[in-house]
This record gives sequence, structure tokens and C-alpha cells, in this order.
Amino acid sequence: MAIRRGRGVAAINYPTGMNLGGDPTQALVHSTPTGNFMVTLSSVDLGQGMKQIMAQICAETIGVPTDRVVVDTADTDTGPHCMGTFASRGTHRAGNAVIQAAKEARQVMLEVAAEELEVNASDLETDGQGNIQVKGAPQKSISIFDVALSAHFKRGRSISGRGMFLIPRSYPEKETGAMKPSTCYAHACTVAEVEVDDETGEVTVLTVKNVFEIGRALNPKMVEQQLVGGSWMGISHALYETTEPYYPNRDHGGTDFNQYLMPGLGDLAETETIVLERPSADGPFGAKGPGEMCANPQIPAVANAVFDAVGVRIDTLPITPERILRALKAQAAG
Amino acid sequence: MELRKDYFADVRKDGLNEIGQPRPRLDSPGHVTGKTAYFADRNFPGMLHLKMVRSPHHHARIRSIDTSEAEKHPGVVRVLTAKNVPHNVYTILILIQVGPEDETVLADGKVRWKGEAVVAVLAETQRAAQEAVAKVKVDYEVLPAVFDIEQALKPGAPLVNEYHGQNYYLYDSGECRKVRFGDVEAGFAEADHILEQSYQSSPIEHAPTETTGCVVVPEGNERFTCYTNTQAMFFTLDNTSIILQMPGSKLHFVGGTVGGGFGGKVDVIVEPIAILGAKLTGRPVSFVYSREEEMQISSPRAAEKVVIKDGVMRDGRIVARKVTGYTDAGAYSRHSPYGAQKGAAHYPGPYTIPNVWIDTYCVYTNRTPSSAMRGFGVTIGDFALEVQMDKLARLIGMDPLEFRFINAYRDGDMKAHRQPTEGAALIECMQEASRVANWPVAEKYMAMSSYRKGA
Repeated sequence: MAIRRGRGVAAINYPTGMNLGGDPTQALVHSTPTGNFMVTLSSVDLGQGMKQIMAQICAETIGVPTDRVVVDTADTDTGPHCMGTFASRGTHRAGNAVIQAAKEARQVMLEVAAEELEVNASDLETDGQGNIQVKGAPQKSISIFDVALSAHFKRGRSISGRGMFLIPRSYPEKETGAMKPSTCYAHACTVAEVEVDDETGEVTVLTVKNVFEIGRALNPKMVEQQLVGGSWMGISHALYETTEPYYPNRDHGGTDFNQYLMPGLGDLAETETIVLERPSADGPFGAKGPGEMCANPQIPAVANAVFDAVGVRIDTLPITPERILRALKAQAAG
Repeated sequence: MELRKDYFADVRKDGLNEIGQPRPRLDSPGHVTGKTAYFADRNFPGMLHLKMVRSPHHHARIRSIDTSEAEKHPGVVRVLTAKNVPHNVYTILILIQVGPEDETVLADGKVRWKGEAVVAVLAETQRAAQEAVAKVKVDYEVLPAVFDIEQALKPGAPLVNEYHGQNYYLYDSGECRKVRFGDVEAGFAEADHILEQSYQSSPIEHAPTETTGCVVVPEGNERFTCYTNTQAMFFTLDNTSIILQMPGSKLHFVGGTVGGGFGGKVDVIVEPIAILGAKLTGRPVSFVYSREEEMQISSPRAAEKVVIKDGVMRDGRIVARKVTGYTDAGAYSRHSPYGAQKGAAHYPGPYTIPNVWIDTYCVYTNRTPSSAMRGFGVTIGDFALEVQMDKLARLIGMDPLEFRFINAYRDGDMKAHRQPTEGAALIECMQEASRVANWPVAEKYMAMSSYRKGA
């Protein structure tokens, strides 16, 4: 009886957005009289940070700091249609809608600034700090605060924009399955290192090294929180979680967090996260949806590591100590 | 976390002002100090609490329902059965033309899974509602049930759902979604080795911090405001409009700040019945799942069975792959026909294989309906595919990581569903994994690229 060590690898890809498309999202952007910007949506923030990312996308597009943007979302009386937050679609779909709306608003903003500065709008640029200036002559500038005041009270202009993003729906061909499920895919490769106690069947995940390719890390800190959380969930799926431990038997299902097993803080593997960025052709600033895929590669990587450690294949999830011990027993029996 | 900017630097414009910057989240201080308002933080005078009478049987005919004792229970304001629901038989994907309608808001004549909602009780307090639930008498005639994908598909198996007429979802392509590419039998015939393996998973709970629920307020203008933690506002509003036969203009949904979803809050379960309760009583209604309901009543990730048959050459090339995937939908469709179909689009994984045959089935059993969950249609498939890849590599005596390089898809490669590969990055992920995990592979693999120059 011994503690045995093993490692396993898995590589995966994952589609961004609702399978086969046909899932619209709209956005509206407008300025307040003092030059802050409102983004109005009906998209849902599940805790992953949708509102923050939409604010950054709007800010980048208009050319203002992120703290000048407020996101108002998920009131069906005011927010334009969004299909929902699922299928790794939030950032990709809503982000594109916000870019389109913000571009339209920016154009009006530049036109008003051009009138105030008596230049052509095409000669203007934003400095990213809240000002609009003439390209090549930054001393000739006006604050966005003053531009908004002018638009509202003097020029009678609405600094606003409408955005819409829709990937046309694809219908699978009946006999061949020819179809267009998605426009872009995120990627990952995980190497997991485990220890397996061949007396108790207990698995300890020592390290996971996750490499994710996500198109573009729009906010690296938020990407990290999502990827680390996803990696934890993948390990949890691999080793612990099920509502029906003896599926297809319906008994013994957990009804609270005492009975439904998940790893606690003490069970966390040493986690290393590496991010690559190959911008997607149609993502907002190249972003893809990493929300779902980041929880997938750990499961097979852990399964393969268990085999590497003790030489038995557990092809049924979750990989419980009971299943490992039964497999070891069967292996010993030849 | 480290960003490796040296990969794909030639196709990426860095140096933006806001994008790529690790700005602190504006909502974090509210979350960590408990100041963020979620739907359940709203409390209204006169608010009623809704609790469900649930089926204790996996499959049964309902002979009769007697609510008289429950209605007399102190604090009970209203008791609802199927006959109170205007459009009781529904299915949520009808909005994207995926039918048939196959599920009841409240059971009508039959229950098809243990835990199915039969009667809704509205009372002044949660306790009164819970006590009254125990006083509803339902006379059941227990029917044979089926719990297993294989048993469900056998001739003579108990029929789970009459609205389908058979224990699988009927696609326009027949009993499964199909992908056919190349000639899989010819591929197997030329292969040096054949490996056929079967993989299985069990249902998994989303386990969000905040359980599913909503609070509904009848407004003075005959509209209803529904504070909800749904993941999809208009999808839920539009389905509610169908179920209640109520114009969408009467419905106002407010949400967007949710304590975790993971796909568990895209079914439309709590909102329609809570709004109906508010309409029939004229009072605010709260319907919030207990943790037990969240774990055993709300849809889990489906149990799946995946059978993979591969033909592989000694040099490492996979020449044929046949995948048969089964999704255990439980008693009703919800999002499962979509999930099974998404699986068909995902196989054979991120590898270029000349001969592919995919069949994915959505199967009905007498268990808690499954539905969307993070990685829907793909997560369990990836487990099966990547364990299979490990087995294939060992079968031909090759390093598992090198084996994946040989088969990895690259730009321009035709996928089984007949889309050319674009924007591939699997090879680069594996190269970086090789470095970071100190798992060396041959130099020729480290020199590969997802780009196909001049292609």
C-alpha cells in the first residue's frame, strides 16, 4: 500500500455563443449632461462581472476612462433585448452590441466637439482622459464635459447610439450534419498532477497547470478570477460532485452542502494559469468566451493522471475513492 | 496568472487605454460588504409565500387531488392546481421553434418524476405554506418507471412522456442529430488499431450561492413587476407571456444581479406560477427555492453516456472516429434537445479526422429533468474524448501530448460539420503546457503552428 503519483494531460476547444447562432443582443448608449455615459442593456450579470466588462468596452470605444461609464442592465422596461447570459455569449454578443452603440455615440460627440472647435470631426481624437483634441495639435482641445453640455443645452444634439449583434441562425443539414455552430472557439490545455492513496482510493490533486487561449483578456484580473474558479469547478466535477452518486439509482442524493460533496479550500490544488490571446475575427477587441471552457480540461486531465498513478481507468464520473478501490480490486483479481 | 504576449503578437493590437487593463470591478465593494441588492432583498407589505406540493413518485397517474384541508389551514390564501394555469403545457425552446410542448407547470393527470410540482400553496408565511402543503391529499396510481438511458430506448420500455410518443427527442434528422463526414467504415478498415470505449457521468448540481427564485408585485396599472434572478430576462418574460396567456406589455422583469447561475437559471420555472399567484390574489408573492429544492428539484447537468470508436495508425494519425452520445434529459425537454445537438457539433473534438460519424440522442427517463449547465453538451464529451486520446496514445506506445500534436486541428482544416477551421490555437496551448509543466515533446512539435502559411 502506497501513495502513488501520476500526471495527465488534456486539450480542448470550446465554441463561443449560442450553438447555431440566432441569439441577438442589443445595447443603447447615451451621455448625461455632464459627459458621463450610460450603457443600457437587459443582459444579466451572474457575478462574473458583465457590468464591469461592458463599461470597459464602452469606455475604450468612446475614448473615456471606465469610471465615466455606468451600466444599467436587466430591466425589461428600459433595456433592449438580450437573449440571456449563457453559452459563453455575454461578453462576445453584448460586447459587440455595446461597441456599435458606443461608436455611434462617439461620432455625435466628435461632431459637437468639431462645431465647438471649428474643425472637421475627422480631425479629432480622444485622449482617453476625458478630452477631445485636434490630431497633431493637442493644445487645441475641449473636455467631454463641455462637449456634453454643449450638445444638451446649446446644439440640441443627443450623444447616443444604438447597437445590435446577431449571428444568423444556422440549420443543420439533416443527413450530413453540415452546419455553422459557432464563429469562434477558445482553447485550453491542462496538465494535472495527482497523488492516489491505493489503500483508501483518495485522490489529491497536487498541481494543475492550465493554459487557456481566450482571444483577448479584456480585463486580466477578471479573466483570472473566472479561470481559477473554473479550474476549481473542473476538479470538483472530476472527483466529487453528483446529485445521484449511484446513478441510475435515484437514492442517496445530497440535499445540502454537507451531503453534496465539493472540495473545500484545503483541497485546492496549486493552480498555475497561463493565458494566450489570438484575437477572434468577430469578437469585441478579439475576445472569445472563456466562461464555460475553463472548467472542462481538468476533468480528463485528472482522470488520465489517476491512471498514470495507479494503472486503472475510471471511465465513470465522478472518480470517487469507491470506484478507484473497486477498480484496483478488479485489477488485482486479474 | 501570466499573459504570454509573445504568442500571436503579429495579429493583435496591444496598448489600448481601457481594454487589457486590470481595472477594479465597480460592483465588488457592494458584493463583499453585503450591500448589493439581490431579488430576495426586496420585501413588500402583504407578501405571500409560495410552496409546492411535489410528487413522491417517479411515475404515477393522479386519480384525485383534495385541497380542502390545505385551504382551511390558518394563513393560507390560495391553492392552485393545473386548471388555474391558462396554458399549462409548455416548453421553453418553443421561442426558437423547438417543440413539442411537453411539460406541465402544475401536474395534470400524471407525474413523470419524483419532485414534480403538483399543487401550489400561497400563504401569509413560509411556515403556513409548508404546513398546508402537507395537508394536500393526492391519490396516485403508481406506474412503472424507467431510469436508465439504455432501458428507456428498449422496445416495451415505459413511455415517459406522451407528448413525444417515444423515449427520445425526434429531430428533423430522425432519432438523433447526425454528422457524417468521409467514410468511417473505410477508415476503420485501413486502421492499424481499433479502440471502442464507453464513458458515463452522473447528474451534477450547479450549486449557486443564491438559490433560484423571484418576488412578484402586482402594480396599480394592472402590470406585474417580477424581481428575478433568471439568466435570461426576455426569454423568461416571453415564455411567461405564453404560459399565462398574458400580453408581454403587462409584464415587467427586473434582475441582472445574480448570485451565480452556471446554466441553472435559464429554465422558466418560478416566474410564471408566482406571477399567476400574484394575479389571482392581488398580493405580492415570493417563490424562492430551498437549498434542497435547488439540489434535487432544479435541473441538474444531464447524466451522459458517450461511446467512442476510433481507428488509429501506428504513426499516430486517427483515421476514423465514431461517437454515439446519449443525454439523459429526465422527464422533459427543457434545453436538452439543444444540448445533445451541441454535442453533435462539438465532436470529434479539436482534431482533424478524415472519417467521422456522430449520432447524439436526447433520451427521456423518469428523473429530474436536466437542462443547461456550464459547458452544456460539451463538458462530459470532452472528458470522454480526452481520456480516449490518452488510451489511444498508450495503445500505440506514443507520448499522450505528442499524439495530440499529430492530430490537432489547424487553420483551414475541414471540420466534420463542414466548416473550415479558423483561429485555431490548440497547438500553441499545448506548446505552452509542455513548457510550463516541464513535459518535453519533440522539437518538430514545438516548431508547429496553427497558422497555415499561404493556405
